[in-house]
Amino acid sequence: MPAPDKGARSGRNGMSGPTRRQLLLGGAVAGVGAAAAIGTDHALSSTTSSAGEPSVPLNGQETVPFHGTHQAGIDTAAQANGLFVALDLLDGTDRGDLVRMMRILTDDAARLTQGVPALADSEPELALSPARLTVTFGFGPGFVARAQGQAPAWLKALPSFTVDRLLPEFCDGDLLLQIAADDPLTVAHAARMLLKDARSFASVRWSQQGFRRAHGTVKPGTTMRNLFGQVDGTSNPSPGTTDFDRVVWNAEGWLAGGTSAVVRRIGMDLDKWDRLDRGGREQSVGRYLSDGAPLTGTDELDEPDFAATTPIGFPVIPEFSHLRRARSENEAERIFRRAYNYDERPTGEGVSRSGLIFVSFQADVERQFVPIQRRLDQLDLLNEWTVPVGSAVFAIPPGCSEGGFVGDALLT
Amino acid sequence: MSAWLTTSRRTTTTGLGLLLAAAALTLAGCASESPTVDAAPGEGPDQSVAFSDGWVKAADSGMSAAFGALTNAGSDDVTVVSATTEASSMLELHETVANESGEMIMREIEGGFVIPAGDTLSLEPGGNHIMLMDLSDPLEAGEEVTFTLTFADDSTYEFAAPVKDYSGANESYEGGEPEMDMGSDSMGSDSTGTDG
Repeated sequence: MPAPDKGARSGRNGMSGPTRRQLLLGGAVAGVGAAAAIGTDHALSSTTSSAGEPSVPLNGQETVPFHGTHQAGIDTAAQANGLFVALDLLDGTDRGDLVRMMRILTDDAARLTQGVPALADSEPELALSPARLTVTFGFGPGFVARAQGQAPAWLKALPSFTVDRLLPEFCDGDLLLQIAADDPLTVAHAARMLLKDARSFASVRWSQQGFRRAHGTVKPGTTMRNLFGQVDGTSNPSPGTTDFDRVVWNAEGWLAGGTSAVVRRIGMDLDKWDRLDRGGREQSVGRYLSDGAPLTGTDELDEPDFAATTPIGFPVIPEFSHLRRARSENEAERIFRRAYNYDERPTGEGVSRSGLIFVSFQADVERQFVPIQRRLDQLDLLNEWTVPVGSAVFAIPPGCSEGGFVGDALLT
Repeated sequence: MSAWLTTSRRTTTTGLGLLLAAAALTLAGCASESPTVDAAPGEGPDQSVAFSDGWVKAADSGMSAAFGALTNAGSDDVTVVSATTEASSMLELHETVANESGEMIMREIEGGFVIPAGDTLSLEPGGNHIMLMDLSDPLEAGEEVTFTLTFADDSTYEFAAPVKDYSGANESYEGGEPEMDMGSDSMGSDSTGTDG
């Protein structure tokens, strides 16, 4: 394993500089000779330069535009940290109050996502590193009713599924805030600011914190992995394509340019999963764990061949596998997934309490999401290790223009 | 209203004239302004003054304060001598200073807000601010309040600022009378306090 030594000696970034300097000044490294001395010079100089200008652009300064046809945070490449907060409107909050609330929250989001402190931001320094922050607002059935608006037929709790073990503390809600960025401190500050400004109108119902790989850990565009180790989200339509637009964006009434979000908290029994060998794990989902390729293919993006059979006549991708059950013959029954992992403090005898904050966007929940979930409810071997414990449906209004506010098509 | 007693700098006639002028401007003004839009450069001296990032602290009654940044892009110093709004029958331009016992107190600033040429004057909690002395109606988060500033040369400048819930800005008032309680206790949205 020569790599660590080589890495340390090259001193090629500011991070390794101080570490090496401390080691050398402390006399902890002996007999490294001339090579070490050269390394020291390099390390110190790169440290000096990093104190001024960073050698690569800081991801913390990256911003995602806030205003536009669609809200950000849907077709945005998923950030490393995602926080989902659902609020209940206070009893007295009426339509006029919703206008005031959404104006304030929109203004907060418009500023914070661009790295500008919110008005009355008492920790303005925390706003200066947006790290691709997006804030996406969703309206539950209660919000649309309070707004005296026309709710789409699908804006209601999902039908109950036999696999569900739902906990009220992770279900429903009037207003969804999806707050995501590549930095958890940025997310926390944005959430704090938004919740401070929402509390005259609404109270927190539930909050779910999720994560993916940190920024810079894997190549951008890499499909996420969940805590089962599975590549999760391969068959997603690609943002920027007409396929994506067709799957995701709604075109009706005040929702034109918007979409729907299904947020389901899926407990994953890692301790039970541990008892399953690698072959069984791959059979349960129908994909290879190594790269997510279907069991009939060699590349993650290969189309699965459900007709392929083993020498003794069984389907290579089992009938009971997640991939087989989730896939519909009907092209309309597709969704765009944008999930986050969660990993909470274990309770009881287990050593894990983990899972997935399943998030999907689709133009129509009833037409696209529900048929898929019905099939998975009837049969999906993965159900052996997973259990839905939370569920909520929101209408995601379109984006707003400068001077407008999110939800203005519903509220004005 | 005892606050009137502490302010003798301006004459009643001037004050009344300004109020009337402000009322006219407010009526003509920007009802459709959104909270995100800062006022366009107005009728300030040489149109050089701009107010940005303005906001007003929500309050049920009594007093409140407006904050933001006043930028003077011109080449001459500018002085704001007064402010008016329909939201309060009386306003004062305040500074926050330490009194003889070291306690931070706010008081009306002598001579108004001076914005040096090419500089920005910040109005912020714990510092300079525009004090709304007597709210005519509750100020609720997300509402918009229109203000008119009057400069030393009698020119005026109008801007709108959104109302925001804010737990700070609880400085005490010079003389301790009336006790300045702009804290969360007096706000309609009182909560169990910050949790962080």
